[in-house]
Amino acid sequence: MENSLSIKKLQEKFPASVLEMKTFRDEVTVTVPKKDIFEICKFLYSDPDLQYQMLTDLCGVDYFPQQPRFEVVYLLYSMKNQQRLRLKIKVGDSESASSVESIWKAANWLEREVYDLFGIPFDNHPDLRRILLWDGYEGHPLRKDFPVEGPDFDKPFVPEV
Amino acid sequence: MAETRLMTINMGPQHPATHGVLRLVLELDGEVIVKTTPHIGYLHRGVEKLAESKTYHQVIPLTDRLDYTNAMGNNLGYVLAVEKLLGIGVPKRAQYLRVLMAELQRIAAHLIWLGTHALDIGAMTLLFYNFREREEILKIFEEVSGGRLTPTYMRIGGVSKDLPDGITDKIKDFVRAFPDHIKEYETLLTKNVIWLKRTKGVGIISKEDAINWGMTGPSLRGSGVKYDVRKAFPYSSYEEFDFEIPIGSVGDVYDRYIVRLREMEWSNAIVEQALERLPKGPVIANDPRITLPPKDDVTKDIAALIRQFKIASEGFQPPKGEVYVGVEASKGELGYYLVSDGSNKPLRMRIRPPSFLNLSALPKMIEGSLIADVISAIGSIDIVLGEIDR
Repeated sequence: MENSLSIKKLQEKFPASVLEMKTFRDEVTVTVPKKDIFEICKFLYSDPDLQYQMLTDLCGVDYFPQQPRFEVVYLLYSMKNQQRLRLKIKVGDSESASSVESIWKAANWLEREVYDLFGIPFDNHPDLRRILLWDGYEGHPLRKDFPVEGPDFDKPFVPEV
Repeated sequence: MAETRLMTINMGPQHPATHGVLRLVLELDGEVIVKTTPHIGYLHRGVEKLAESKTYHQVIPLTDRLDYTNAMGNNLGYVLAVEKLLGIGVPKRAQYLRVLMAELQRIAAHLIWLGTHALDIGAMTLLFYNFREREEILKIFEEVSGGRLTPTYMRIGGVSKDLPDGITDKIKDFVRAFPDHIKEYETLLTKNVIWLKRTKGVGIISKEDAINWGMTGPSLRGSGVKYDVRKAFPYSSYEEFDFEIPIGSVGDVYDRYIVRLREMEWSNAIVEQALERLPKGPVIANDPRITLPPKDDVTKDIAALIRQFKIASEGFQPPKGEVYVGVEASKGELGYYLVSDGSNKPLRMRIRPPSFLNLSALPKMIEGSLIADVISAIGSIDIVLGEIDR
C-alpha cells in the first residue's frame, strides 16, 4: 500500500486512535476520534518522515439520518512523499470539532465554509463567521434535511439598511 | 497631538478590478494596508447542493459554470472522479482529446487573465490582442462541441463526439501562430518599466506561506514550489506528454506573470503533441450500464432504445465508496470529492475550488503594501468568483 509508512507511524504514535481504515480505489481513508484530530494533524504535519505540509481540502458530509450524522473529511498532501492521506472524524448534531487552523492556515476559510453550510462549529477558530451566505441567514443548506429550494425561496432577500 | 485613526475603505462587490463580485474591506493607515477582510458569496448558487439531486450525467453541465473561463478543465475533473468511482477505463483517443481540449482551454483562460490583469494595471492594448487569440480557441470549441463558453464536451467514459472534419488544420494553424503572439505580449510587458514597477516586489508570498495557505497552480509555482497535479498525479495520459513546470523564485506578481506566460507556451506544446500522436479508435467507452448507445442504433434497435432511455432517465448506480480526483485547472488544483451511497445520485459532491484557497491568502499577500498594489495582487492570483462561491 502506498501510504503504509504514514499508517504505520500513525498506529505507533496513536495506537488507540485508528478506529477504522478503508482502502477504496487505492485511496486510504482513516477514521480517527474527534478529540484526537488536532494532535494527529499536528503529528502528521511535523513528523520529518511524513511532512503533510498541505491541507488540500477540508469538507463536511451529512449522512442524515445516520447517527452521528456528520463527518468532517481532511485531505492532506505530503510534498516530500507525493502522497495523499484522508482523515475523517465523526461529529454529531450540535457537537463541535477542533480547529486545525493553527497548523494549516488553509483551514481558516475551509472550516468557515463547513460551519456555514453544515453548522458544525470549530473550537479555537480565530474568525468563525459565515462565509458564503450572509450573517443572519437561517439554516445550513448542505444538511440533508434542508430542502433544495430552501425555506425562503419565494421571499426575496432584502437586507436591512 | 492630533488623534490618528485607521481608515476603512470598501472595495467592491461592483468594481471592475475585482474580477467579479468580490468585496474587500480594507483598513488603511495612510496608504498602507493594515488589514484586509474579503467578503465572498455573492455568486453562490449552491452547486454542491444541486448536484445531490441530479444523476451523475446531469451534473456535468453544472461543472461548466464553476470557473467559466475553464469549462473543459472542470468537465475533465468531474468525469475523471466519476470514472474512478465506477472503476472504468477510457479509450486512448478520448484521453488525448480531453488533454487537447483542456490545454486549449488553459491557454484561453490564461489569455483572459493576462488581458484583464494588464488592463487593471493600465496596459489596455493587451486585452484586444488576447481576446483575438481567445476567439480562435472559442471557435474551435464551438465546432467541436457546439458551445463556446459552456461546451459540456466531456462525458463519463469519454467525450461527446469526435473531432469534426477540417478542425485539425485549424488547431494546427493556431498552434503554429501562437508562439509569435506570446512574443507580441512580451514586447508590450516583460521589459516595460511601468509594468516592472507595478509588479516586481509586489504581493510577495513565500514558499512556506503559499503551501500553508493551500495555494495551488501558477500562484503557488510563482513562489518556487514545483507542484503540478499533471506531474504529481498524472491523469488522462499526461505522463505521455513532454512538458516542464515553470516556476518563479521570489513569489511576487511578476513571477506569477512569467509562470503563466511560460505555461501557455507549454500548453501550446502539449496541444501540438496531442494532435501529432492522436490515436485512432472510439471516443467513448462502450459500457451498456454507463454510456449512451450510438445514436444511429437508437432509431433501429429496441435494445439500444431501452438503454438510451434507462441511462437518460435513471442514470447508473456506482458502488458505495468515496473518491477524490484532483486536476490541474488553469487556476490550480481543482478537486472533486464524490461520496456515493450506491444510489444513482451522489450523496455528496465536494468541489475543491483552487481560487477559493488562493484568495484566502490575499490578506497575507498584501499586508503592509500600498493600496494601489491590491489591484495588481488580485489580478495576479487570477480568481474567478463563479468557482469561489459555487
